[in-house]
Amino acid sequence: MLDTLRQLIDKHARLPVKADTLADGQDLYAAGLTSFAAVQLMLALEEAFDIEFPERMLNRRSFATMESIAACINELRPQALAS
Amino acid sequence: MSSLVARAQLVAAVAAQYSDHVDKEGRFPSEAVRAMKEARLLSAYIPREFGGEGADLAEIAEVVSVISQACASAGMTYAMHQIKVSSVISHGDKAEWHQEFMRRISREQLLVASATTEGGIGGNLRNSICAVERLAGDRFSLVKDGTVISYGRDADAILITARSAPDAPASDQVMAVLTKDQYKLELTGVWDAMGMRGTCSDNFKFSAEGDVAQILPNDFGEIAAKSMLAICHILWSAVWYGIASSAVSRAQSFVRAEARRNPGQTPPGALRVAEAANMLQLMRSNTIAGLSRFATAKTNDDDLGSVGFIVAMNNIKIGASRMVVDIINHALLITGINGYRNNTPYSVGRHMRDALSAQIMISNDRIFGNVANLLLMHRLDPSLAA
Repeated sequence: MLDTLRQLIDKHARLPVKADTLADGQDLYAAGLTSFAAVQLMLALEEAFDIEFPERMLNRRSFATMESIAACINELRPQALAS
Repeated sequence: MSSLVARAQLVAAVAAQYSDHVDKEGRFPSEAVRAMKEARLLSAYIPREFGGEGADLAEIAEVVSVISQACASAGMTYAMHQIKVSSVISHGDKAEWHQEFMRRISREQLLVASATTEGGIGGNLRNSICAVERLAGDRFSLVKDGTVISYGRDADAILITARSAPDAPASDQVMAVLTKDQYKLELTGVWDAMGMRGTCSDNFKFSAEGDVAQILPNDFGEIAAKSMLAICHILWSAVWYGIASSAVSRAQSFVRAEARRNPGQTPPGALRVAEAANMLQLMRSNTIAGLSRFATAKTNDDDLGSVGFIVAMNNIKIGASRMVVDIINHALLITGINGYRNNTPYSVGRHMRDALSAQIMISNDRIFGNVANLLLMHRLDPSLAA
């Protein structure tokens, strides 16, 4: 799933660096993620993993790192881990 | 010491004497700010352990509103100072340098200004071009060009944003506190504006050197998201509510004077006063709702960082900034030529010009754009429960 995540980040998160260069636990906001791009990334994740983020996950912490995003997706759709 | 509100009223009485002069000359409301210092209002928000009074945001908002009823430039200066102080309180309370800085604010009643804008960033505070350059011996230097610093020349310290390092992306920002003896300001543009003329929001080239310890520990993105945005919108709303209240009060006085002259007849403006009072109540509810939403969120980090919270705070600002203009326009319709003229007890021209700044202090269009994006994800909460 982290590979898919990196692809989506490259496509939607508008970071100045490639997702490959970021560690799983690295702060995406510090790497340049804006709140605008975060929403675009969330929408892309919903589409790609066929999930819907509930309101409680729509906060800064859930989208702060690839690990935290993966944890959210995993909680919503455990089988996504394998994809 | 008397209550905060009682002291705010004293400051307002001073501010009222000079508000027209401040507006006309476009000068800093120095008498009002001196009165704030004498009344020790600049440290009201700082926790008691650092020499302040530990007031909550609702109390600060009330002080802002009381002063703004007399002079919006003085009220806005006080609000902007507290917005900066709040960043130090929320994000520097564990850092030794910032703890001592809070003690200094309390002791010396320092006025703190802000340098978050920069020439070339297109109005987006979450981007910086300038960067912190590390020097030997845990020192740093910083040069920021074309930054608007309200009351920059009269401030005792400035909170400034910059990229964390010369190779950091534009949004990887830090915020540093620099004191007057550490920075140099080169005036590059003079504030000569339609309203809010006393905030003296001149443009400067800012250059400074300081200790690395003066940089707030949290990155600016977090400071902006978790305290600055909300407090900014709430305290600005309190300024605008103060302006609106003052205009309605003048309109009401006008109608009452007319009613006394013609007993037995309801003056034509009376109905509009009722309408303006209705809008003023909405505006008041809006600001109070913002205060209570913030008080709830403050105790829960996830809520504070949530999309729903950002949407709510942005809506507080948009609501207040739109209503204030509408309300003052009503006051103008009521007072007519007496309100339109600048030299009557019913004048509302300064109110109107000051209030028009509300919709462009962080442009409402930009905020609507951000909210529009957030609403692609966030589902609005239909509950009336606070």
